[in-house]
Amino acid sequence: MKLLILNGIVCDPANKFEKKANILIENGKIVNISLKPESKKRKSNIKVIDANGKFVVPGLIDMHTHLREPGREDEETIKTGTRAAAVGGFTTICSMPNTQPVIDSVSGVKFILSTASNEGIVNVFPIGAITKGSNGLELAEIGKMKGAGIIAISDDGKSVMNSIIMRRALEYSKMFGLPVISHCEDMNLSANGEINEGYISTVLGLKGIPRQAEEIMVERDIALAELTGGRIHIAHMSTERSVEIVRNSKKRGIKVTAETAPHYFSLTDEEIKNTDYNTNTKMNPPLRTKADINAICKGLADGTIDCIASDHAPHLAEEKEQEFRVAPFGIIGLETMVPLIITKLVNEKVISFREAISKITCGPAKVLGLNKGTLSVGSDADITIIDLKQTKTIEKFESKCKNSPFIGQKLTGFATTTIVSGIVVMNGGQIVSD
Amino acid sequence: MKLKQKDLLGLEYLSKEEIELIIQTAKPFKNLFTRTVKKVPTLRGKTVVLLFYEPSTRTRTSFELAAKRLSADTIGISVSASSVVKGESLIDTVKTIEAMKADFVVLRHGMSGAAHIVSKTISASVINAGDGMHEHPTQGLLDIFTILEKKEKIKGLNVAIIGDILHSRVARSNIWGLNKLGANVFVVGPATLIPAEIEKLNVEVHHNIEKIMHKLDVINILRIQRERQEQNLFPTFEEYSEIFGINSYKLRNAKNDIVIMHPGPMNRGAEISSEVAESKNSVITEQVTNGIAIRMSVLYLLAGGDGGESETFNS
Amino acid sequence: MKSIPKKVIMTDKEMSITLKRLAHEIIERLHGVNNLVFIGIQTRGVFIAKRVVSIIENITNKTIPCGTLDITLYRDDVNHISKQPVVQETEIPFDITGKDIVLVDDVLYTGRTIRAALDELIDFGRPRTIKLAVFIDRGGRELPIQPDFVGLNYPISKKERISVDLKEFDEKDKVIVYNKE
Repeated sequence: MKLLILNGIVCDPANKFEKKANILIENGKIVNISLKPESKKRKSNIKVIDANGKFVVPGLIDMHTHLREPGREDEETIKTGTRAAAVGGFTTICSMPNTQPVIDSVSGVKFILSTASNEGIVNVFPIGAITKGSNGLELAEIGKMKGAGIIAISDDGKSVMNSIIMRRALEYSKMFGLPVISHCEDMNLSANGEINEGYISTVLGLKGIPRQAEEIMVERDIALAELTGGRIHIAHMSTERSVEIVRNSKKRGIKVTAETAPHYFSLTDEEIKNTDYNTNTKMNPPLRTKADINAICKGLADGTIDCIASDHAPHLAEEKEQEFRVAPFGIIGLETMVPLIITKLVNEKVISFREAISKITCGPAKVLGLNKGTLSVGSDADITIIDLKQTKTIEKFESKCKNSPFIGQKLTGFATTTIVSGIVVMNGGQIVSD
Repeated sequence: MKLKQKDLLGLEYLSKEEIELIIQTAKPFKNLFTRTVKKVPTLRGKTVVLLFYEPSTRTRTSFELAAKRLSADTIGISVSASSVVKGESLIDTVKTIEAMKADFVVLRHGMSGAAHIVSKTISASVINAGDGMHEHPTQGLLDIFTILEKKEKIKGLNVAIIGDILHSRVARSNIWGLNKLGANVFVVGPATLIPAEIEKLNVEVHHNIEKIMHKLDVINILRIQRERQEQNLFPTFEEYSEIFGINSYKLRNAKNDIVIMHPGPMNRGAEISSEVAESKNSVITEQVTNGIAIRMSVLYLLAGGDGGESETFNS
Repeated sequence: MKSIPKKVIMTDKEMSITLKRLAHEIIERLHGVNNLVFIGIQTRGVFIAKRVVSIIENITNKTIPCGTLDITLYRDDVNHISKQPVVQETEIPFDITGKDIVLVDDVLYTGRTIRAALDELIDFGRPRTIKLAVFIDRGGRELPIQPDFVGLNYPISKKERISVDLKEFDEKDKVIVYNKE
């Protein structure tokens, strides 16, 4: 079966390629990219997709997804999570291990991989826990999990509060070439906090989480990376100073990479007040301020921040429709990430389209050592087609949950086709079932 | 005249004119208390649900009396704090109340923003009787009403709020209201109990009450809770009392006519000495009386249908 | 709703004559003033009451208690109208039990104000009698209420409005009929 994507503007940041071209796919691989215009006329046994006026980019990678399975299949499953990913334009997602039970063993990793291959419609790469049960006390079987297929380790949702454990994790994982993804939060300092500490927390009477709770841990983890030579990746960075710390550390040659999430360059803590305590504005780390948004944007532009990740965290309406204090942290993000990047970053001229695409293709691929995120001839035919002109009001989701602060917002730039290994899994916003 | 909102969620959301209207209307209600029959038929047939997630004898009694003196029917629902997590959700409880066709819901809740949730869920008028660390608007209004009875106007007055500002909804409502009416507001307390960036609310922060005592017209003393010691917000309850407790010695340089307030219930000997609480400057019992009048005023002003202006009372 | 002035039906001089006549009539019909108290209904009734009381005091050389009554909280439409009326002061600094009350208002129309006033007065005590004095009776009653003393009977339609201007509020004393539009 052959697939030909015609007349789109092919943008492949890894190869610094951006031209109108046609891509020929055969047996799940990219076999040819030609610059010659081709006619739309049907050829037998070749399926043709006309991408005229659209951008054809490497299949998008989300390196920070909470799929909730096993344990909270009421919120999301590997099946529904990968469908949401496909609708959002993602061909690859990396599942965070904070499920119930935590993915801290080979059996857990195997469960994710087998369920994903049976029920998932995009690639799923599991991330294993740093410590058993993510309890921060004893290292999980990192080597065995690597053997089973994990691509990184993380105790996301919490910090590894004990510095000696974090040191050991960085030292030990180095042997396997695994990055350590750190949720940076000094949990003593942030204790019981609900939103960013500042004017808004004071006025709303909500407990504050000082930015320093994040920054202290960013600083510590980078220091430990320097000590051990391990690879640290800072998850969901949200503050100005975190960006600065990472920037300076990179300059000093420390092996540190970083990601942010779309809400940290789209919304400030004002949103909590403007929506009268809408719990879909409650996430961890919390929404910060305008100065932080500016710093995040600068960090994206100068390369300090390597990746943008969704931190897709589904929660049921009945969990979110509670008093602010007891509502869980987190929002869904797979289906709003591309339009937020286009609307808030590309259209606002913070970064170019090609740079933006690099943050969700070759950026995460490089951090995780994935052989993905490019359109080089011979690579897996994971491809996303994006319409930069499409404008929609956010209202419907493929995810099981609808906990998004962006509902009702009019955004521009959506994925229109998602192709995984040469197979179209999403077209025109709809899952393609075969 | 009418309040713009269907609800009273906080003084932040009221204009100066609306605050003045509520206080102006409280005066005739207060005069009712001197009559033999202290009850008027104004809200006959209306139902006021007092939904209390925190125990509060004072506020609840005050609202209940206010409603009853307006001839409204009242029903109290107490929900223990533990069932917030385990039991029926706030939204479901409120939907039940909606189905019972209540006209007012008076809500006391331990978590900030709870009154907003109720307001979004129900068509009845919601009166916030204290939500977490956010606001306690009727307390703010009754404090301002009480000050106004002693002083001619609020504008230009130096008012200090002393104590645990961080956790205090009373402080927040007072700050919004007093600022709107033009007072100079000071907040005084241990640095650990002053919330972040509070100066953006147009208040002066102090840690030494004696330094500013001479210029104060009003001092509003907040209740201090013992559990703050366990949270390491100050070393001991005793040390707090020594530094921030108000006694006659600390008042030695105060103006003769300084007004001393406390929202109650008091920890005598802790944040306020008995001598100060009983002094001629203390208006603490007056605050209780005024609380009923303010709550009647709020109930009255939030009532009313949508039938347009009166035709038959134009003479 | 706009009102267009139609005509002046009483001037300040005519009003002054009418007030005097009302005062005399009250003294005459109530056989003296010893047990008499006046209650004016907020807002204009209060001033009509005060003026009548001062005329009677001049004639009789006796002091007559005069209170004010705000009937807002006793209205029957508070739960229906969209704008809550401003609550004004009620001040009755004397015991009304056993007294002969003259209740005073400027214009008598539907009778609902008087119904509310009667209910409110009863909450203050048990007067021996209550008589009603109004400056203008414009007709249009919705309740079985009739005045005992009337300054002027001037029946008008529902489309018209009558206003008793008093120099305490307005530029001068006069009574005007308006057309509602």
